Amino acid sequence: MRKGKLYLVSLMMLLVMSLFLAACGADDEETSSSETSNDSSTNTDSSTTDNSSSTTPQVLVFGRGADSVSLDPGIVTDGESFKVTQNLFETLLNFGEQDTTINPGLAKEWEVSEDGLTYTFQLQEGVKFHDGTDFNAEAVIKNINRWKGGKEEDFYYFNSMFKAEGEDIIKDVTAEGDYTVVFTLSRPQAPFLKNLAMSPFGIGSPTAFEAAGDKFGDNPVGTGPFKFTEWKRNDSITIEKFEDYWQEGLPKLDKVIFRSIPDNSARLNELMAGNIDLADGINPSDGKTVEGDSALQLIERPSMNIGYLGLTNTRAPFDNKLVRQAVNYAIDKQAIVDAFFEGRAEVAANPMPPSISGYNDAISPYPYDPEKAKSLLAEAGYDGKEIELWAMPVPRPYMPDGAKVAEVIQKNLEDVGIPSKIVTFEWATYLEKANNGEADAFMLGWTGDNGDADNFIYTLLDKDNIGSNNYAYYTNEEVHSLLIQAQSETDENVRNDLYKKAQEIIHDDAPWVPLAHSTPLLAAKAGVKGFLPHPTGSDKLDNVSME
Amino acid sequence: MLHYIGKRLLHLIPVLLGMTFLVFLIIRAIPGDPAQVILGQQATADAIAALRLKLGLDNPWYVQYFDYLKGIVTGDLGESLRTRQPISSEMWPYLAATFELAFFAMIIAIIVGVNAGIVSAWFQNSWFDYLAMVIALIGVSMPIFWLGLMEQWAFGIQLGWLPTSGREEVRDPVTAITHFYLIDTLLQGRFDQFIVVLKHLLLPGIALATIPTAIIARMTRASMLEVMRSDFVRTARAKGQKMFVVVYKHALKNALIPVLTVVGLQTGMLLGGAILTETIFSWPGIGRYIYEAIGFRDYPVIQSGILIVAFLFVMINLIVDLLYTVIDSRIKYN
Repeated sequence: MRKGKLYLVSLMMLLVMSLFLAACGADDEETSSSETSNDSSTNTDSSTTDNSSSTTPQVLVFGRGADSVSLDPGIVTDGESFKVTQNLFETLLNFGEQDTTINPGLAKEWEVSEDGLTYTFQLQEGVKFHDGTDFNAEAVIKNINRWKGGKEEDFYYFNSMFKAEGEDIIKDVTAEGDYTVVFTLSRPQAPFLKNLAMSPFGIGSPTAFEAAGDKFGDNPVGTGPFKFTEWKRNDSITIEKFEDYWQEGLPKLDKVIFRSIPDNSARLNELMAGNIDLADGINPSDGKTVEGDSALQLIERPSMNIGYLGLTNTRAPFDNKLVRQAVNYAIDKQAIVDAFFEGRAEVAANPMPPSISGYNDAISPYPYDPEKAKSLLAEAGYDGKEIELWAMPVPRPYMPDGAKVAEVIQKNLEDVGIPSKIVTFEWATYLEKANNGEADAFMLGWTGDNGDADNFIYTLLDKDNIGSNNYAYYTNEEVHSLLIQAQSETDENVRNDLYKKAQEIIHDDAPWVPLAHSTPLLAAKAGVKGFLPHPTGSDKLDNVSME
Repeated sequence: MLHYIGKRLLHLIPVLLGMTFLVFLIIRAIPGDPAQVILGQQATADAIAALRLKLGLDNPWYVQYFDYLKGIVTGDLGESLRTRQPISSEMWPYLAATFELAFFAMIIAIIVGVNAGIVSAWFQNSWFDYLAMVIALIGVSMPIFWLGLMEQWAFGIQLGWLPTSGREEVRDPVTAITHFYLIDTLLQGRFDQFIVVLKHLLLPGIALATIPTAIIARMTRASMLEVMRSDFVRTARAKGQKMFVVVYKHALKNALIPVLTVVGLQTGMLLGGAILTETIFSWPGIGRYIYEAIGFRDYPVIQSGILIVAFLFVMINLIVDLLYTVIDSRIKYN
């Protein structure tokens, strides 16, 4: 049977094709496929605020790159999930509209004891969950205990923020009456209030999560301005106005629909065709197109990220500080920013952006100086062996086009006598291999979670995080002791000085080449008003309206 | 006949078993740890280890494989590592979306391809013949993502005629019953929505149909040319039958057999090959479901997804083989 053979061959082809796709991450440029990696990515813009109301239902369709994983904020780590839960749930404290200052949320006032171990919160009264349950001290305690009692792999962010060396930082939570909650800590934690304002700590209805168990994410119930309506997986999530929302006159929209449109160009096409009202993940190269279209507005998300070229400090030749410094002199960072970020980024000097408290502005970026690089290499006795240069396979706000930036870096390195070969892998593979320390030089980046210096410097460069986020395998005992001290230092000025000192040492050690702090872009129809994108990537939509 | 079907179905078992085994081994050979991917860049080693334990990823591979097989036999396709949903219930909407798109594309491909092939053969070496074959060549060679983006730009943005992504107007969502939206909208008597759904199908349908259309057109042409030269066609012509009747009644039936083979194979290809189209047009189908699962190293979803697609592929081929007997009474399976 000729035919039998033919179809067997075809079956094999089908199999091989699907696996081929698996093995070499198809067409990364085309699709910004979703992925975990906390880099709560995506992009945005800023707009004017003034509000209008009309009688027709106000529906906003928000196009984004990927679907959410779950709508239980406590168990997820991806930005696309928080983008939705941020509007269904509220946290005890809120970040500022476009910064990470601390503001009242479900708690209207708070006091901190002298020793930094007791936090007393006065809660908002008259707040209801979407299912009618009352919000009160007991609800807060039940939420904290749910996260505390859960396994580390279930409540990942809670464990990462409120546990240290296996010990609970939140020792105890008690109620004093219906609307006062007292947190007792086992040790002072400087960013404690900032941590509480993070999206993963949205307070859910105890009635709902006790009944739903691990299915709470399919039917989330919070106190937020919107309540959950429907989820068509990989397609759309619909949330609608919560009529009994405690803040008068909010939200202004009747309905928000989050649509998953994986391809960046297709998403922009949809916006131009008028099928969606707001799109994130706009390529820097499309910024001008949007600006030139009077029906659209370009919105900039305040920057809270860093894109860098990591140098694995345990591998030759980058185990030599002089070689790492040479690479810092060799790379023309300004040219990269101009060419690939369309100027919508600033050259980075430190491992965190200038908006973060504790940033050391006395440090300037290594200047572009190929001659200096050559003399350092000579001094280091560099042998001229070819290195591998790892290019990111997916576009990220902090690195819009890894492949092209890699080519520029390759040329810069060649100019000073470092031959390199560009390699790339599919994203999950890339992260795993870099994590294992298999790269010589690799591109990566980070978007902050809570706007705290600890979430950048300690997370990315402390020896404690080798094997998780310290991909460069950088170890410096002095830096380590400064960072540990800073974690429990409650005097802001003292704490900032500790971080500034750490940045000086890191600058000299040069574990990375810090490249850029980018401004992620969004685009919206001109009639979308009051949308203020948040640097963390979790946007509140309660003030948004449509004209 | 029943005996034949039974035998063919039995043959399926080793084929599918081999498939599961191969897929199972290969996806585990790809570097990348699902626990790491699920927990994200910030995961601690402890959390990853705990999650691996929970997901059963620390068992030896053969234990994992037999656990998986045991599940399959009892109709349990496993649970997605990422969403923690049972795959059997999670998969259907995606599958239905792909079916709807693939069948729509196939209908376009058959109608356009068969007729273009017939006319090309009928007027061999005419300008139509050359034009049709050049277009077919371009159709086979054109990258689908490029075609898709061009379609969006032309018909969506410039002309504003057709929607460029998704299955429905999200501001007026379809209430899913069967998840075949064309059927669901009719069941609910929502003809306005039916038209909207049809419009959403058009652009991705055309993009997906280009390759099979071109292949079917070329196959039909070649096969028709052969049949047209046969004795019975000459006889029919000699008896004074109209050319149209000869072509569409006598010749076509005989020419369709190789075409049917191509249709069967292409339908299978559409099921698995819709990934790019589904991505460009944000179509929530099985191709994208598996593609995203690969990105997340969601082993059970990749395994079960490919298994289901492969199963459908062989079933379609079986159906095609059975259709031969309907078309050509000389073919019998004993």
